[in-house]
Amino acid sequence: MFWEFNQTMNPSAPAPVIEVKNLTCGYGETVVLQDVSFVVQPREVLFVIGGSGCGKSTLLRCLIGLLKPFEGDVAYFGKSFTAADAPQRRDILKTFGVIYQNNALWSSMTLAENVSLPLEEHTSLSRADREEIVTLKLTEVGLAGSEELYPSELSGGMKKRAALARALALDPAIVFFDEPSEGLDPITSREMDRLILQVRDILGTTMVIVSHQLSSIFRLADRVVMLDRTTKGIIAEGKPSELAANSNDPRVRDFLNQDADSAARSNHAPIVETEVHSK
Amino acid sequence: MTAPQPSPEGSTGVNAPTAKLDAGTAGSDFVVKVGGDWRLNTPVPSWNGLFAQHAAANVSIVSDELGKWDTSLLLFLVHGRAWCVESKHKFVTDALPENLQTLLRQVAEAGTSAAKTGPVARTLFERAETLAMNLGNKAKENISFIGECTLGFGGVLRHPRKFRWMDCLVEMQQCWVSSLPIVSLVSFLVGVILAFQAAIQLQQYGAAVFVADLVGLSVVREMGPMMAAVIMAGGIGAAFAAQLGNMKVDEEIDALETLGISTVDFLALPRLFAVTLMMPILALYANVLGILGGMFVSATMLNIPAAAYWVETQNRVGLPDVTSGLIKSVFFGLAIGLAGCLRGMKCERSAAGVGKATTSAVVTGILLIVIADAVFALIFNVLGI
Repeated sequence: MFWEFNQTMNPSAPAPVIEVKNLTCGYGETVVLQDVSFVVQPREVLFVIGGSGCGKSTLLRCLIGLLKPFEGDVAYFGKSFTAADAPQRRDILKTFGVIYQNNALWSSMTLAENVSLPLEEHTSLSRADREEIVTLKLTEVGLAGSEELYPSELSGGMKKRAALARALALDPAIVFFDEPSEGLDPITSREMDRLILQVRDILGTTMVIVSHQLSSIFRLADRVVMLDRTTKGIIAEGKPSELAANSNDPRVRDFLNQDADSAARSNHAPIVETEVHSK
Repeated sequence: MTAPQPSPEGSTGVNAPTAKLDAGTAGSDFVVKVGGDWRLNTPVPSWNGLFAQHAAANVSIVSDELGKWDTSLLLFLVHGRAWCVESKHKFVTDALPENLQTLLRQVAEAGTSAAKTGPVARTLFERAETLAMNLGNKAKENISFIGECTLGFGGVLRHPRKFRWMDCLVEMQQCWVSSLPIVSLVSFLVGVILAFQAAIQLQQYGAAVFVADLVGLSVVREMGPMMAAVIMAGGIGAAFAAQLGNMKVDEEIDALETLGISTVDFLALPRLFAVTLMMPILALYANVLGILGGMFVSATMLNIPAAAYWVETQNRVGLPDVTSGLIKSVFFGLAIGLAGCLRGMKCERSAAGVGKATTSAVVTGILLIVIADAVFALIFNVLGI
């Protein structure tokens, strides 16, 4: 199946994988992001970063079609997702997989059933073929032999892997991650990062990752897009190391420099830090 | 804090276990000296008492042997500033430690920015508008859900193999197993209660045998289906809403949507089918138990033999009576399923949201049952059934 997919996603094709054009979105009457535009290139690992409440998750919900944008468009391989009719939308949905912050594994199903469901819904493969693919996918993410376990029987790291296996079930061209290392210890988090790179290198999958885990950003990101709450848009775009060193914006440097002790940070010191003082 | 006590220099002093507070006039300034240890476990002193006898233009705060301090000092100063703003005094804090000044500045900034984004006062008309729009959106949501279910049902008829029969069977089993004991008990007792009430009246006319007619008809036509439906609404309707609501909170429903799987086909339809199919069966079972309840009372209290009771019931209760009850129960089942699934799938993404969805599912379910029952009473009356 990979070969077939690699041919269709020929890198010589010029269209970017995702093109976000003048996207404005939010909830009710609140605008969270205003006039956001960027592109994602094939085989790229793109991080969407920014402080809490800056609209990272909102952007992700827009990209995967759970939230209808107020204005603007999201296009996959040159085809508009926002304006797509039901069959087109279904086709586009097949081109990406999503790993949610809480993994969102279907709790009433075993791992095998979780991974198998997308195949069942979107392909006409026989049961035996599906089972074989499920085993393959679970092996790819390092969960061989866990087919009959339920999500509640897994550790946090295993759940993330299982979610990745399910997202990869239909061999998508793109995988979206919402906080892949949230709630994981540093070692498991590193393993997850290795797995993400491995998937990218072997399957050529484009990765869009929403995160604020600095270590992962520097380990994985080819490029980052940084959002900000006050500007309601992108304040920086580029390689993380270059941004950390050369950005003119103190907010960007501050975010990306782990041991930054700049004045900008002390200005926002929380009150609890100065709870008790000696004279 | 103890009450302010006059000191020899004519200034006001407050002596607490640790915190020190002295106030006095110096030229045109009213100087407040704060010192000692300020801890939150003692009450914050009031400014009103402090200012009672002074009317200076400027209020300046000075630290005097200030020891350890926490939010209580900050709170005291914030109150002071508010007081000064209100009474048009100048509040001078330049002599305080740098970090305390920074904190005060932060509080001031937070105060002004919060004021900007605070809730806007709305007129009655605007509120009515929002309410009407919310109602409109809710109605639209409900109607589109029913529409989606209808389309899904059409899809099942066209491709019955794609329907999730296994899920449906599991849900049917769930309906049956969880409701059976309580339906048995409640229906039997309803039969007993009806028989008792009827017996008291009918015995006066020597017509005790008609208890069988009354119990039979009311159980089969109304009480059996109704009681079974109310129990199902409380048990199964709530369970649907809680299950689906939890799935919504855990993003499981989002995961289905982004895979292009119809959540209605996948989650709602099997549940809807299960409860709609099980409802008449449970209603029939409730009918039998209700009649048995009546028979029990008649046999033990009214000296009517069970055989006579049975014959009387058979003579009076016909197939149309039973069928009318069963037809109603199909719609009761549909109402319970729709209410449970809709509330669950439109649940807010929080623990409280799941609770609200569950309650709402039960209330909506029972409401729909009663409305459907009234509508059917009218229809059957017109048709003469």
